[in-house]
Amino acid sequence: MTSSQINRRRFLLNSAVLGCSAAASPLLTPVSFAAAPWDNRLVVIILRGGMDGLGVVQPYGDRDFATLGRDAPDKAMDLDGYFAMNAALAPLMPMWRSGELGFVHAVSTPYRDKRSHFDGQDLLEAGSAQVGGQIRDGWLNRLLQQFPGLSAETAYAIGRQEMIVLNGDAPVTRWTPESDLTMSPQAMKLAQLVMQDDPAFESALSQAFALAETDGDAIAFEGTLREMGQEMRNDMTAAMKKGAGTRIAQFAADRLAEEARIASFSINGWDTHDNQTRGLAGALGQLSDALITLKEGLGPVWSKTTVLAMTEFGRTARMNGTGGTDHGTAGAMLYAGGAVRGGRVLGDWPGLEESALYARRDLMPTRDVRAYAAWAMRGMFGLQGSALEQVIFPGLDLGDDPGLLL
Amino acid sequence: MFDPALADIRFGCGLSPQIASATSASALLEQLIAPDDAATRFPILTYEAYQAQIAEFNVVSQDFAMKRNTPEAKDALNARKAKRRDMAMQAVGWFGQTLMRRTWTDQPFRERLTAFWADHFTAAGKSAELRSAVSPYVESAIRPFIAARFEDMLISAVTHPVMVSYLDQNNSFGPNSTVAQNRDRGEGLNENLGREILELHTLGVGGPYSQDDVRQLATLLTGLTVDKEGNPRFLRRLSEPGTETVLGREYGGDPARLNHVHDALRDLARHPATAQHLCAKLAVHFVSDTPDLSMIRAMTDAYMDTNGALMAVYEAMILHPEAWSSAGSNIKPPLDFIGSSLRALALQPATFEEMRPQRLRASFQLPMQLMGHTWESPNGPDGLPEADSAWLSPQGLAARLQWALTIPGRLTRDLPDPRIFVETALGPRVTQAVRFAAEAAETKSDGIGLVLASPAFQRA
Repeated sequence: MTSSQINRRRFLLNSAVLGCSAAASPLLTPVSFAAAPWDNRLVVIILRGGMDGLGVVQPYGDRDFATLGRDAPDKAMDLDGYFAMNAALAPLMPMWRSGELGFVHAVSTPYRDKRSHFDGQDLLEAGSAQVGGQIRDGWLNRLLQQFPGLSAETAYAIGRQEMIVLNGDAPVTRWTPESDLTMSPQAMKLAQLVMQDDPAFESALSQAFALAETDGDAIAFEGTLREMGQEMRNDMTAAMKKGAGTRIAQFAADRLAEEARIASFSINGWDTHDNQTRGLAGALGQLSDALITLKEGLGPVWSKTTVLAMTEFGRTARMNGTGGTDHGTAGAMLYAGGAVRGGRVLGDWPGLEESALYARRDLMPTRDVRAYAAWAMRGMFGLQGSALEQVIFPGLDLGDDPGLLL
Repeated sequence: MFDPALADIRFGCGLSPQIASATSASALLEQLIAPDDAATRFPILTYEAYQAQIAEFNVVSQDFAMKRNTPEAKDALNARKAKRRDMAMQAVGWFGQTLMRRTWTDQPFRERLTAFWADHFTAAGKSAELRSAVSPYVESAIRPFIAARFEDMLISAVTHPVMVSYLDQNNSFGPNSTVAQNRDRGEGLNENLGREILELHTLGVGGPYSQDDVRQLATLLTGLTVDKEGNPRFLRRLSEPGTETVLGREYGGDPARLNHVHDALRDLARHPATAQHLCAKLAVHFVSDTPDLSMIRAMTDAYMDTNGALMAVYEAMILHPEAWSSAGSNIKPPLDFIGSSLRALALQPATFEEMRPQRLRASFQLPMQLMGHTWESPNGPDGLPEADSAWLSPQGLAARLQWALTIPGRLTRDLPDPRIFVETALGPRVTQAVRFAAEAAETKSDGIGLVLASPAFQRA
């Protein structure tokens, strides 16, 4: 009998003692989560592609709105006698009515003129005042850096897309439900075996197993390689299809209901250069599903939650020749949660006559969108104005409190 | 000292069951001066050849612009989108070639250095016509220079149209240039490229330069731009008149010429801070996150003695005893992990040739994105992280494990016997635990996957 046969026997014996269920195995050490210094929850959703603020929160009360060649406003979704909400957000009407949803209009980052997605998103996530500066981390990470000693489980960057907004020196946890592990119980045990003598691998693997068990379906899977490959592909394609926002939001809610305090993820599909009616409805459906999933998943914690959904820039005021809009400047921000004072469209409305537009084509920004995020964080985390204006959002003028929170 | 297996694992693309490891330090170095066989066998378009596609794209783009507000706009837009998609799909094919080069080359050090310098000079075109030009940029502006003097690569990379586009140099002009005087154009100077040359490409973030140097270098760079056909151009009407002073040395004068930029770049390349920055980065990348200081000193001395001859720097590194110690302290970045897996599996080129771009994306690019590296779509000009902790996250490790268990078995019907594979893939690194796992696994693909997922394989 060779030594490896002996080992094999001992191993199988161990497995039998441990039982068949890998999930119940003591090899799966639960991750220990440390507490954060505050109980409030913040979710930042990055709307990638440039959301058309005028199509989402329609200023039908502005007499120039009708001259822009846009669809008739969704009057049935009237918000306040001046603005109407896009019909694709109908499932959110109850949230609006209960004051758990609001908008800010005519806001933008400090990004101007070049209208590039790459630069626009970099600036939005870096939270800086200019492109190509020395800032390489993201503003949510700099928020975390204000509270030394936080565990990596305080903040989650969720999804396949890298969230630059959470990049930086403060530790964060990155996870995407598509990383969902699928393997045989035997392979799980053997994976732990090959990694057990390498502390860094051992620790990352046990966290991965713990996270993968929490995100919906079990890791252990008894099937052929073909079925496993199918499973993996299903996970990948699910992430690109309708419902991806829901899946990510569900995971965010699960973590936020426990040890996490901050979560960030992206919703894509806002770059509506053509056939905007359909494109916008798809993206808004994702956003709406995500918000409803968060509210339901968070349960009582929803009352402590603030959600901010921000985009890199708005779009042109007028429609183009292909039923869409091109890259613009100011747009809208959405805020939601049980902790916000919603039911309002905030912001200084600049008007839509041609002379009031930015470069005679885009909605004019009347305030830095970072100011709203800053005031929300000040209320939630008790930050100093100087930390917000100099560190988290360098070059920001905080201005007056817009009263986003209750 | 020199160890053939470690040479393949640490400085190459991993062990291959079919291709012998380099047997000496000089053989390792000779890989870099021999003819570039892998590039011939697995071609990737040069940037110059890619420009033909830019021309084709411009035709459909102009057609759409002309028809923009007509009933034909929709078809024209679709034609433009289709061309963009073709270009993107072609770039996926180049990714496949990159992996095949790693699998089959007998000059693996060349592939690693190409990737290292391509990351050092991270760039990705911002405009639609340049968006799929990253591989051609690397093929033309980086790969031919990895054994040259650093200054030649520096000039080649930072004046390349893809870099010029990526770091906004094409939007920059002198505040007193002809263009600025004739037109009322807002901004003017864009410091992006000037700053990154100093901070990332040469002196390093802690280097001896000031904001004034950034501005002066940015001013010196005015004129450098790219035209609609993707050609590099130096346009005097964009240049700021007069001279500029960078690190106390004066450059330029009228009329402005591209050579003035080259002069400054050469001086920056020969600066001791640049030598220190580059040698430390090489040592961290190839040897350890906490490299031995005497090794970096030997490399820096070689750099300064030769005005930045990269061969001398590599030689100083691999002749240093510390280059062969603390084995297994680095973690392979995602591309090295996947590339060395395919090399260990000796995956046949025909498998790749038959694979459609969608399958390549699903089998490699999406998993690699989960591992933390989105191919040719950088987060910023600072490129990929060097710290092992960036790769060994729960999500990153989960993605590696899942890939290792699932994909190899889907790629080929004749997977090797895991009991043999564990020996060929790990060589002298093999441990009892991995041997046991390879044998105890219920299926061949699990056995292969567990070998690839083992720390012995993932560490370099």
